[in-house]
Amino acid sequence: MQLTLEFGGGLELLCDSVKIHNVNVSLKNEVDKLTMKDLLVWVRTNLIKERPEMFMKGDNVRPGVLVLVNDCDWELSGQLDTTLEDKDVVVFISTLHGG
Amino acid sequence: MEENHKKAGGRLCCLCNRRRAALKRPKTLEQICRECFYEVFEEEIHQVIVENQLFKPSERIGIGASGGKDSTVLAYVLSELNRRHNYGLDLFLLSVDEGITGYRDDSLETVKRNEIQYGLPLKIVSYKDLYGWTMDEIVKMIGLKNNCTFCGVFRRQALDRGAALLKVDKLVTGHNADDIAETVLLNILRGDIARLSRCTSITTGEDGPIPRCKPFKYTYEKEIVIYPYDMLTYAYFKKLDYFSTECIYSPNAYRGFAREFIKDLERMRPRAILDIIKSGEDFRISMSTKMPEQGTCERCGYISSQKWCKACILLEGLNKGLPKLGIGRSRGLDNNHKKDVKQSNGTKNIEGKQCGSLDF
Repeated sequence: MQLTLEFGGGLELLCDSVKIHNVNVSLKNEVDKLTMKDLLVWVRTNLIKERPEMFMKGDNVRPGVLVLVNDCDWELSGQLDTTLEDKDVVVFISTLHGG
Repeated sequence: MEENHKKAGGRLCCLCNRRRAALKRPKTLEQICRECFYEVFEEEIHQVIVENQLFKPSERIGIGASGGKDSTVLAYVLSELNRRHNYGLDLFLLSVDEGITGYRDDSLETVKRNEIQYGLPLKIVSYKDLYGWTMDEIVKMIGLKNNCTFCGVFRRQALDRGAALLKVDKLVTGHNADDIAETVLLNILRGDIARLSRCTSITTGEDGPIPRCKPFKYTYEKEIVIYPYDMLTYAYFKKLDYFSTECIYSPNAYRGFAREFIKDLERMRPRAILDIIKSGEDFRISMSTKMPEQGTCERCGYISSQKWCKACILLEGLNKGLPKLGIGRSRGLDNNHKKDVKQSNGTKNIEGKQCGSLDF
């Protein structure tokens, strides 16, 4: 599944200072749908190079990290249960850096 | 657009009932569309400005600009509202150069771009010019402990001195609701009654030469962060340019915990942030509590509750090679349960955000 992942507000520093990642996330099997919960695990394993605790807390994003799926607040689409489709754009923005 | 909103389950904006919702407002839990969001976001700030009479026509207003998200959004929104509602204000950007290589020099580049983008004149005051020391030099001397104290105390004064140079009537800072809730908690945790009682005021220092106000007092950080970001795709021309790297010298763990605690509370109950501010506002200080008396520094004339202001004490320490001077609480062991808050003035940088932001 092709996805565009974007990191902002300082989170890009955790993945080699690259803000936009075009990635191919493979599904575990044909039946399963990819959810945000799965994607977070994938991101932590494959993209986050340092200080993963700045990105995640437990199996969720760290409080203070905003998530937009296709420009839409993930709080409207079920947060971790949001299912993803091919070519979706997921944005992670930290609010925790200095203002 | 239709395609983009498939995840929202097709819910309509509860304000216009026409477009699809794109955001859940933390303050109200309303699900609203992008267009309505920009409208209510800006309109609410306008209402805060009007209801609290933050400005008078023809005033000169300095915007404390760090290049970070809050002050960048503030500069943009304020110049928009000034135009839209004819406030009649002369707006200026005021930045402090602490002299931190690889951090402040980069964020100042952002502010310089903002100067051009918004057409607002910019003034930069530097620690080097004002105090003879850059933060890089201070850290070289004192190490990474207590450096935030120096930076916070110096920044507060630097902003006032910059404001005086610009001849502005007032300073505005980008402190948002999350920042203020965090500061309320910190002041409670530290027993700093003097600061607790003033940290929720939307305007402070009205008795001093340059009052400061916080138009984002009721604005959630989440919305400030989304405000420029969403525009990336929706309306490219409005895209705001800001800088988001943490200060390289910022080990302020205590504040970090408070910050994370607030964010945890917000996730469970977003209203918690406004409620903490409300609690801070409604605290009553007992009559028997001794409050610090405001005077002026004998050395530089800056407001101070002691003989010398904190910046002068710290500077004296630096110049004499005694950097511990003025660090930590000067009240000593408080065995006799004195309700003495006098020495807490300026002892710590508790009102500045972890970094990059401007002091109250």
